[in-house]
Amino acid sequence: MILGLVALCAPLGDSCLSRGMTRLPQITLAHPASLIAAVFTPWIAVGIAMLIGFFASYLTALSWADLTFVLPATAIGNVFVALIARFWLNEPISLERWAGIVLITIGVGFVAQGPALTERPAAADLTKAEEAAVQLGEEHVR
Amino acid sequence: MIIPSPAPQPGFWAATAMIAAIVLTSTAGEVLTAGAMQSIGDLDEIRARSGLKGAIRAVVTCPLFFAGVGFLALSFFSLLFALNQRLPLSLVAPASASLTIVTDAIAAKIFLKENVDRRRWTSAVLVCIGVYFLAH
Repeated sequence: MILGLVALCAPLGDSCLSRGMTRLPQITLAHPASLIAAVFTPWIAVGIAMLIGFFASYLTALSWADLTFVLPATAIGNVFVALIARFWLNEPISLERWAGIVLITIGVGFVAQGPALTERPAAADLTKAEEAAVQLGEEHVR
Repeated sequence: MIIPSPAPQPGFWAATAMIAAIVLTSTAGEVLTAGAMQSIGDLDEIRARSGLKGAIRAVVTCPLFFAGVGFLALSFFSLLFALNQRLPLSLVAPASASLTIVTDAIAAKIFLKENVDRRRWTSAVLVCIGVYFLAH
């Protein structure tokens, strides 16, 4: 669920920011205060909230999974965006992009089948100790 | 009135240097953030033990986390600089996003001692090529 939130919140947040900024009149460096005012418009505010949600979920995922698991697993977000663009916004998707969608989906499937966290030596020793204890217990029962 | 002529696009080596700067700062930021979160431990457990405030305190009192966020900010400004130097977004965004996936795997193996087995390498390369195709 956390990985799903990471994959969904980042592209949705970016899309909200993009939609909000393009609806505003052009902001120039001569009026930087208008950037602050932009933060309080509905689309930008929702986008920022989504990106805060993304960062919180990303940090939570990194606290129990490896970086090399989290990054490919959440790359499925790119596929969501392409599919939303195709079926909701009716944007055309070239053959090259379909190839990209297929490659990312296969890559995510690959990494998702493996373990999320590298087994550290301390944890490995503990597991061996637990196995030994179970075996000892079985022998004791016999 | 003088209309400034559009600035020329950077050459091959300048473009390579700018993309390398984005990729390296982004990799450093992500590895430092991941290292910080690994040193803190499972946030769900911390939240169950000492509440949301405790979890937030655990994150914001970790210096490694701020080092990571600092590098991520540097990466963002490197991207802005590259775009300001007229490097096309259609090149810089897919190139940096896909290369970062591979450099992250290398850095995670070296610095975080993660077990990057054949499955993870295959996945990183597939996602890297896929992101490039999708964003190009």
